[in-house]
Amino acid sequence: MTGEAPAPGGAPEGDAPGDLVLDMRSIGKAFPGVKALSGVNLRVGRGEVHALCGENGAGKSTLMKVLSGVHPYGSYEGEIRYEGEECRFRDIRASERRGIVIIHQELALVPQLSIAENIFLGHESARRGVIAWPETLRRAAGLLRRVGLDEHPRTRVADIGVSKQQLVEIAKALAKDVGLLILDEPTAALNDEDSAQLLELIRELKSQGITSIIISHKLNEIARVADSVTILRDGRTVETLDLGAPETTEERIIRGMVGRSLDNRFPDRTPRTTPPAPAPALEIRDWTVGHPVDHQRKVVDGVSLRVERGEIVGIAGLMGAGRTELAMSVFGRSYGRYLSGTVLRDGTETRTRTVPEAVEAGIAYVTEDRKHYGLNLQDSVTRNISLASLPRLARRGVVDSHRERVLAEGFRRTMKIRARNVLEQVGRLSGGNQQKVVLAKWILAGPEVLILDEPTRGVDVGAKYEIYTVIDRLAAEGRAVLMISSELPELLGMCDRVYTMAAGRVTGESSRAEADQELLMRYMTHDTAVPAPRHPAPHEGLPDEH
Amino acid sequence: MSTDLGPTPPAATDGGRRRGAAPAVTRLLVDSVRSNTRQYGMLFALGLIVLLFQIWTGGDLLLPRNVSNLVLQNSYILILAIGMMIVIISGHIDLSVGSLTALVGAVAAVLMVEHHLSWPLAVVVTLLIGAAAGALQGFFIAYVGIPSFIVTLAGMLLFRGLTEIFLRGQTLGPFPEGLQKVANGFLPEVGPVTNYHNLTLLLGIGVIALVVNQEVRNRGRQAEFDLAPLPKNLFVLKLVALVAAITAATLLLASYKGAPVVLLVLAVLLVCFGYVMRNVVVGRHVYAIGGNLPAAKLSGVKDRKVTFAVFLNMGMLAALAGLVFAARFNAASPKAGINFELEAIAAAFIGGASMSGGVGTVLGAVIGGLVLGVLNNGMNLVGIGTDWQQVIKGLALLAAVGFDVWNKRRAGA
Repeated sequence: MTGEAPAPGGAPEGDAPGDLVLDMRSIGKAFPGVKALSGVNLRVGRGEVHALCGENGAGKSTLMKVLSGVHPYGSYEGEIRYEGEECRFRDIRASERRGIVIIHQELALVPQLSIAENIFLGHESARRGVIAWPETLRRAAGLLRRVGLDEHPRTRVADIGVSKQQLVEIAKALAKDVGLLILDEPTAALNDEDSAQLLELIRELKSQGITSIIISHKLNEIARVADSVTILRDGRTVETLDLGAPETTEERIIRGMVGRSLDNRFPDRTPRTTPPAPAPALEIRDWTVGHPVDHQRKVVDGVSLRVERGEIVGIAGLMGAGRTELAMSVFGRSYGRYLSGTVLRDGTETRTRTVPEAVEAGIAYVTEDRKHYGLNLQDSVTRNISLASLPRLARRGVVDSHRERVLAEGFRRTMKIRARNVLEQVGRLSGGNQQKVVLAKWILAGPEVLILDEPTRGVDVGAKYEIYTVIDRLAAEGRAVLMISSELPELLGMCDRVYTMAAGRVTGESSRAEADQELLMRYMTHDTAVPAPRHPAPHEGLPDEH
Repeated sequence: MSTDLGPTPPAATDGGRRRGAAPAVTRLLVDSVRSNTRQYGMLFALGLIVLLFQIWTGGDLLLPRNVSNLVLQNSYILILAIGMMIVIISGHIDLSVGSLTALVGAVAAVLMVEHHLSWPLAVVVTLLIGAAAGALQGFFIAYVGIPSFIVTLAGMLLFRGLTEIFLRGQTLGPFPEGLQKVANGFLPEVGPVTNYHNLTLLLGIGVIALVVNQEVRNRGRQAEFDLAPLPKNLFVLKLVALVAAITAATLLLASYKGAPVVLLVLAVLLVCFGYVMRNVVVGRHVYAIGGNLPAAKLSGVKDRKVTFAVFLNMGMLAALAGLVFAARFNAASPKAGINFELEAIAAAFIGGASMSGGVGTVLGAVIGGLVLGVLNNGMNLVGIGTDWQQVIKGLALLAAVGFDVWNKRRAGA
């Protein structure tokens, strides 16, 4: 009944099927090597706002892609019934014709075009291929009034802020006669005020008879706007709860999201042997970073944290919490606009204004997005491993290619990189082995501080264990490891301490002893520092209204 | 700074047992050819084209005199192709090199013919001018952030215009004899009278010794890294083929006037730039920024400096090509070097470059340039007009890159 994982496909006890708008039954979807969804049920009643909750990678987005035809009929198992009819969408256009419109987190607008042009993109009001401007502008103005956006339809989308762009997206959906509106993390990029406005609009649309599904990490937001919530975990439905019911508590949602499975998937942490140093290996003080385009928006806001030698420290947080942004901005200001803050290494302030300076200061950053920021997929294992250390491997500019290959071969053996040989193209390796190559690259660079960003993302279980072992060994050698992860069990299994972040701020810090998944999830779903109880009260009701 | 992770960490689920026996020889061959399809493919295509024209021209193509000609005719394109390959690997393009060769030729002519500057000094000055022109473009591309296509398109117009201004629309010549000898001449003859050119023979023997030594050493090292070296008989076969090819080329050249001086220049460029791109930090950085710019930046690669250097180098090579071209025709002309940039770009793509950057070798560019050169020369010999030559070269470029794209898609990469 409570947090225990229910049987797969544990469906909500039946409402009368008559007032269901959407009924997705036993949906299963597999990608090569991964089962993303299995036996998922989602039932959405007419005219309700239905929230979809779950950790990163729980399958929320995949489920919505199945619904909207991004994953076409035939590529998934199960049945979708919309308005009582079975649907077999071949693509997004097919689902949009039925009135199901999805608004993605990354907005799908063309910035150089006007609001009106964006609203009718792909569905232009035209006569024999010639745009009927008067009608386009008139209809656009009407839609903008409906979403409460006070802008001229001719305004370029690039000239309005993100929150207004969000409204344009909704207007675009309304133009398609939307019956079921799906919003994926609609407030992730918005500030509090804009978020509130957007949520208000969703309620407004509800009164106009539009059903919505809203994917969100923010529990207070869900409490404010949604009527019911379906929780997903590891590609399965946990349960669907009525938010009006008294037994629906924040506790219960959190427990549903994190589950309770913590098995032996981690190596025993080698006890720290490094003698306590007078100063932490890495200390970040009051670090604040502005959004790369919208400098006013603080993506990282006054973050302070420290990592001792030989310590593994985690940063937990949901999508958009600012963890990667923090790491990348510390690492040679590779993200956003630096506003304030200092970085100290072993107690002395250090310049890390460029990547070479950061590397010089003994800091390494292993990216979460190895394909875009970590590897040259066209090049060999050897050359990828050596890239960050070339100056050190070279004499008067000439790389000692023999030594380079010997070192790469060493990593291939010790880290069990499964490649035919060290000259194999990295693009041909599996995700886990690619990850090991990125890790090897930075270990070779010989840093004192390693920032690992989602070090096991897209990595299979066996390779995960091997990567954990490497991380443990690094700490045992006296290096400081800062590990960003969306997988709470991973943080709890590996870290000595865990910081939590939300909306660019540190919202909590807990030691290995006191941390558990529920506590971390509580910190992660609040924007401001929570004066958290050591042992959260078992039955704390969800606040109804903010 | 220990990089040794010590003994193998205990693995929970290690399925990665080594595959036991050495794979079958055929499998190995297929693998090695597949992983180098483009280069082997182009070498094969070059052989095929040579063979075709050798038969078609009734043996004229590989006459000693024609082989010498082939080298001289294509030297400036090959020099440009080497630089262009590096530019394309870095993820850029350079449209200005044709105009720059003309400009450099013009400046050289003005200096030597009108101002009677000694030719070695003029060479140095013009090379510096080329480097400066390249650096200027590199500055706008790397530091200002204007796309290379735009900057070098502007350069193309700018340098062409300056050429005409310098030459006042006239052809200017002749060049000093010393420079002509370098651009058009052959290595001097030494030693006793044989039927062959002695120095060329010696050079040939030297090259054979170097190549064999290199191959044997590489093979010895391969075993160390699980690289599964070629089986002995295949390796010997490969060596024999290499030696035969070099011997044939040497004998061909030696039975005429010997090796052209520019061939030596080209060989030096090929070896040096090949080495730089493989073994020098800057060369590696060029591949890194072309292959994945954000990843390179996050690895501490100073991408702007590298880009700047790449264009500076291209400018210098364009100057060298311009000097060779002008000296060969013994005059600087305002119409010199038209479409050279396109030939060089075509050579790079035929030789294995990728539009998105990060891929290619200097040797590939030379092979690509030779494919175009042999096509040109062969078609001239059999009397195909320039109109049809263009058509056929266009189709060859399309076929070469099309084959590569198709091959990659089939491999599921």
